[in-house]
Amino acid sequence: MEHSPHSREADHPTPLTYVKIATILVIITAVEVGIFYIDALADVLIPIFIALSAVKFALVAMFYMHLKFDERLFSWLFVGGMLLATFVILALMTLFGSL
Amino acid sequence: MASIAGALRRPTSPTGLWRWMTTVDHKKIGVLYGVSSFLFFLFGGLEALIMRVQLARAGHDIVSPEVFSQLFTMHALTMIFLGVMPLSAAFFNLMVPLMIGARDVAFPRLNAFSYWVFLFGAIVLQSGWLLGGSPNVGWFAYAPLTSSSFSPGNGMEFYIVGLGILGISSVAAALNFIVTIINMRAPGMSLMRMPVFIWMTLITSFLLITAFPVITVGLIELYFDRTFGMNFFNSAAGADVVLWQHLFWVFGHPEVYILILPAMGIVSEVLPTFSRKPLFGYPVVVLSGITIGFMGWAVWSHHMFTVGLGPIANSVFAITTMSIAVPTAVKIFNWIATMWGGSISLKTPMLFAIGFIAMFVIGGLSGVMHSVAPADAQQQDTYFVVAHLHYVLFGGSIFAIFSGIYYWFPKASGRMLNDRIGQINFWLVTIGFNLAFFPMHFLGLDGMPRRQYTYQSEMGWDLWNLVSTTGSLILAIGILVFLHNFFRSLRHGEIAGNDPWDGRTLEWSISSPPPEYNFATIPTVHGRDAFWEEKYGHDGMNVPASVEASNATEEGHHGIHMPSPSYMPMIAAIGLSVAGYGLIYHFAASVVGACITLVAIFGWAMEPPAEPTE
Amino acid sequence: MHHSQVSEHATTTGIDHRKMLIWVFLGSECMFFGSLLATYLIYYGQSLPGTPTPGEILDIPTTSVSTFVLLMSSLMMVLAYSSISRGNVRNFRIWILCTALLGSTFLGFQIFEFTEFAREGLTPKTNLFGTTFFTLTGFHGAHVTVGVIWLLSLFGYSFKGDLTKDGGVNVDLIALYWHFVDVVWIVIFTVVYLIGITNAVHNAHG
Repeated sequence: MEHSPHSREADHPTPLTYVKIATILVIITAVEVGIFYIDALADVLIPIFIALSAVKFALVAMFYMHLKFDERLFSWLFVGGMLLATFVILALMTLFGSL
Repeated sequence: MASIAGALRRPTSPTGLWRWMTTVDHKKIGVLYGVSSFLFFLFGGLEALIMRVQLARAGHDIVSPEVFSQLFTMHALTMIFLGVMPLSAAFFNLMVPLMIGARDVAFPRLNAFSYWVFLFGAIVLQSGWLLGGSPNVGWFAYAPLTSSSFSPGNGMEFYIVGLGILGISSVAAALNFIVTIINMRAPGMSLMRMPVFIWMTLITSFLLITAFPVITVGLIELYFDRTFGMNFFNSAAGADVVLWQHLFWVFGHPEVYILILPAMGIVSEVLPTFSRKPLFGYPVVVLSGITIGFMGWAVWSHHMFTVGLGPIANSVFAITTMSIAVPTAVKIFNWIATMWGGSISLKTPMLFAIGFIAMFVIGGLSGVMHSVAPADAQQQDTYFVVAHLHYVLFGGSIFAIFSGIYYWFPKASGRMLNDRIGQINFWLVTIGFNLAFFPMHFLGLDGMPRRQYTYQSEMGWDLWNLVSTTGSLILAIGILVFLHNFFRSLRHGEIAGNDPWDGRTLEWSISSPPPEYNFATIPTVHGRDAFWEEKYGHDGMNVPASVEASNATEEGHHGIHMPSPSYMPMIAAIGLSVAGYGLIYHFAASVVGACITLVAIFGWAMEPPAEPTE
Repeated sequence: MHHSQVSEHATTTGIDHRKMLIWVFLGSECMFFGSLLATYLIYYGQSLPGTPTPGEILDIPTTSVSTFVLLMSSLMMVLAYSSISRGNVRNFRIWILCTALLGSTFLGFQIFEFTEFAREGLTPKTNLFGTTFFTLTGFHGAHVTVGVIWLLSLFGYSFKGDLTKDGGVNVDLIALYWHFVDVVWIVIFTVVYLIGITNAVHNAHG
């Protein structure tokens, strides 16, 4: 990604970049749906799905939601909320034996 | 849309009642919160007194078991959600902008919205007394007792909708204060130079916005089960009713920190002022507050030790619960060290603050006893828990709130509360409180269960119950003394002036009450206890520096533009309440209510925050 | 000159109050959806035998299309913000209308899906899967609906007011909300649909 080290504000991605990101998102989704039907991969599908969707999540958050280029504070607020939510989900699942 | 908003022309210079109903001024909103919540506090206290009279002796029949169940349920809900929380909100509103050197909060209309939603939510929650029965299932409302088969009638709906609406109020307010504190501090006021009360407000606000969504989901799930026959807590469909307990307490435990952190913040301001010494270990106190905020998420199942989660879960939560005592204890030591070697002035705010420390330590000790899961197996659902919770919530939060009232009433009203009457207030409350609640430790360890409308005289519980009821009556008299002091001082209190306590923080640098715009010139801050520094200089030598009189001057007023009053927050709040009643009685009303709110939001978005001056 | 916009005043961090507000709000929303998701995951696989399961009812091909639609709506949204921040109101109107259109299409798919499932025997009352599935995805849909109303309001407002003010911050706010709703869907699609069916099928074979 082209960006200058100084002003984070100045580096707004161009519309073309956004289209590229969108293309990547579509490709990843297509891959997910594709491998879903491959029985041979059954054992590793779940980790793969988690990894792929994490990539999609990160792309949308960093580029569309502009976290990569904005104040760090926003990243902390969002990541903080997500971490807490993840902790509560995992803790509850453990307590209910779902994990 | 514009014509609708135009038809409701923005109030220009409202007077009287309209002035209060359209205000967006944080100081007025603070007064609204304070007065409303104190009234609810009294109502909750009345509910408590009725229970105490009922329990004064064995086999008493003042109230029926059905009424008693509503009393203990509503007493808790009223005290927590309509008492302590909005009293804290009153202080946030009155003091946060003043202490950070701002002219108002970041979103004044959102602030007003929070208040009106609180008031209407409170009314919904209390509806049951007049509309067919209040919730009677305990404030924690465990499933499956709350299902439509075991709790027919609308009591649970008042609970669900009432708390849901109150949650919206709290989250909106918390969002506002987070932005205000992060984004509106006076130049030079870095985070580590903020008063501790501001830090505690910030942490509390983060807890509010993260904890309330969890209970909201629980309430939604309960509502869906009751209204649409869904299966969230339906064991016949394979559901686990303990899910409710988890969702409730994942919210409920951070909630108790929401109840105590503001109190700790108040005390952290009062103690230094009345010891004429800076707070000992400021960074440690701040860090402890942050730590408590995080750790508070890891302890919730200590409310569920007797549910049968298993030894591993119980052990984990026992350990985390014991651990959270550490940052709290650290704060206690810092407060004591603040007083140590200080020039102590035992005015009423200080009495309540010292009382807070003592009472909260007792409550903390019983809390640590609870954290030992096997011991808790005996204590759970007994009066031992009632003792613990009242020591931390009354001896803790309420004592600190009284401290804050005596401390900041002069700033808000321009007059002092009478200190002699205050001393009587303090001692009656302290003696009454301890007589009322200390014996409950014994009753609990002796096995007296909670939430029972009566007991057998063979149990031998009569004496302590009688002592407790006597204490509660003394406590009530103490509260009446406070009310007398309050009303008397509003009219005849000694004029306070800017700085009656020789305070340390910025709010004391402006007039009492402050002008509408708070500060004629936004101060520049050079350190902690910014006003003290300004008065006495950095070395603290008692050379009274010539402090710029920041009183209202005609020159100062021109060019300061304050946000304008607005109808929209209240209309949006009304819409929300109509929608809420619709969820209870008829969905058509919900549609109407939602439309009203939507129109109000459009009107809100269309009008600028401040109208241009002519 | 008059100071009619309180928001023009300097802020401690230099960040616009409203941007900070929306980010804190999204942090709160993480907990809301997190709790709904936790409930779903706790009850996953716990429905009574003989009642509909994810493997039987959920349809990957259809949902893949609706997922694609929502992803594309995010692209439209970001192009809308990009246009307004460059002062191009005409393009903004086109893109934001497209966003609303794609969002509505997503909702259409969801309504279709819900009615199909009901026809096949899965309602919110049927079993734990029905209860948790409809609640989780229903609230997501409700958030999309609020978003569409917001988008259309901004579209309408662009004809009477100036959205380019403050660098287009008002559009930035809906954009962040919209992308968040998209991101929540990414999680739901992966967990409820892809993993949900794979797990069920896998366990059936295993």
